[in-house]
Amino acid sequence: MRKLSIPISDDQIRELNMGDPVLLSGVMLTGRDTVHKWMIETFIEESRQPVDDDKKVYEAIRPILDGGAIYHCGPVVAGLDTGDYRFVAAGPTTSIREEPYQGDVMRHFNLKAVIGKGGMADKTLAACQEVPAVYLHAIGGAASLIAQSVRKVRGVRKLDFGVPEAMWEIEVVDFPAVVTMDSHGKSLHAEIEAQSRAVLESLLA
Amino acid sequence: MQDMTDAFLELVRMTSTDLPPDVEDALKLARDRAQPGSAARGALDSILENVSLARQNSTPICQDTGTPLFYVHHPQGWSTRQLREQIRAAVAKATTLAFLRPNAVDTISGKNSGNNLGGEHYPSIHFSEHQMDGLVVDLMLKGGGCENVGAQYSLPHAGLGAGRDLKGVRAAALDTVFRAQGKGCAPGILGVAIGGDRGSSYAASKEALLRKLDDSNPDPTLDDLENTLVEEANQLNIGPMGFGGEATVLGVKIKGLHRLPASYFVSVSYMCWAYRRRRMIVDDGRTRYE
Repeated sequence: MRKLSIPISDDQIRELNMGDPVLLSGVMLTGRDTVHKWMIETFIEESRQPVDDDKKVYEAIRPILDGGAIYHCGPVVAGLDTGDYRFVAAGPTTSIREEPYQGDVMRHFNLKAVIGKGGMADKTLAACQEVPAVYLHAIGGAASLIAQSVRKVRGVRKLDFGVPEAMWEIEVVDFPAVVTMDSHGKSLHAEIEAQSRAVLESLLA
Repeated sequence: MQDMTDAFLELVRMTSTDLPPDVEDALKLARDRAQPGSAARGALDSILENVSLARQNSTPICQDTGTPLFYVHHPQGWSTRQLREQIRAAVAKATTLAFLRPNAVDTISGKNSGNNLGGEHYPSIHFSEHQMDGLVVDLMLKGGGCENVGAQYSLPHAGLGAGRDLKGVRAAALDTVFRAQGKGCAPGILGVAIGGDRGSSYAASKEALLRKLDDSNPDPTLDDLENTLVEEANQLNIGPMGFGGEATVLGVKIKGLHRLPASYFVSVSYMCWAYRRRRMIVDDGRTRYE
């Protein structure tokens, strides 16, 4: 099992191949639907003016994402009333919803790893080759198990997006995942889809 | 009527943290059949480890604690208004105790209500009167990832070559599994409704999921179709999490509804492996859970 620490270098990324299991450690951010739309509209396409703390948050997250990882996750968090946050359940959410945004977000922030479940499609795979970066698949639904690798919740930004949609800054140790899309253009998801399509066609023939 | 808020709270806690035995057994069987050393086997090992851990620590099996769907069967004369209030109070309390994630988002404003209460449809509560003395409440927690990959087909469907018969139903169900790939957290369970209108058909596809995984359909034709679909869906080899492997579907449950002559809907609700459903029975003042 390969161990990876954030920040991750380009060389380390290129050494990773589809199918490799990894254990990831370091500081990363959660971000899902609302966050990706917010990033794209406010800072990448600039179709929306920054308001409130947008700029401040942007400056704060840039160094965390540079060479780092974003985790598609909407956690169950204890300690919401005290601010002494703890992740109780923190498995991945379905990544494909971020497909329209992910590639541009990866290029903009120099993201090295996107973590989620279910895989992503061509635009993200192209960004994985360019940046370079990888897509890491965590086990969907294994929320209590994965929460154990989240050793510390360092803080939260954009909590007004709601608990699941906020950006949680977390410190993880040996977070388990599998490389299912690598920087060499290989995607397990594309392969499984092609194989299953052939079987479906023969079953329905 | 007695206040059963705490009993409902326990139902929610148990459903979110303690996977039913029939589902866990099916996952264990799938794990034992998966090739040692394969990604599928590794995924199922992690899944089963997570199930034990969640039960032991009383923490949610999955962070997406889903849409709470309550099916309440009550005797004659009970106040559904009071039952609703108690269920809603229990759901809010379960959220502060982190058994549920705050999941109710006002779609117009984008604001999360923070307590899993939102309008009259959230949580979803179905009432029906039965002839028994006690109260029977089924709770299903259905996550968004699997809900998103559900599908409804209007037959005939030219693209699938699906006509208005059980062969057409088979094509629609297999197409749903193919399109879902690993995105609905395979291995999944399919609830399939044939007939009805668009609304009743989807509602019935969820009710079909309330059956135990290891039961049989009383209608031998549908029972055959259920078994065939499990076998054929597994031939797609999508596997746990879409990693490849046999365990693509753990079960298929089918329900037939009357339909208009003009309509022939096939509705498929896809349930993830984390099939959280529990039953609470209140009888003679005693409460038990299944």
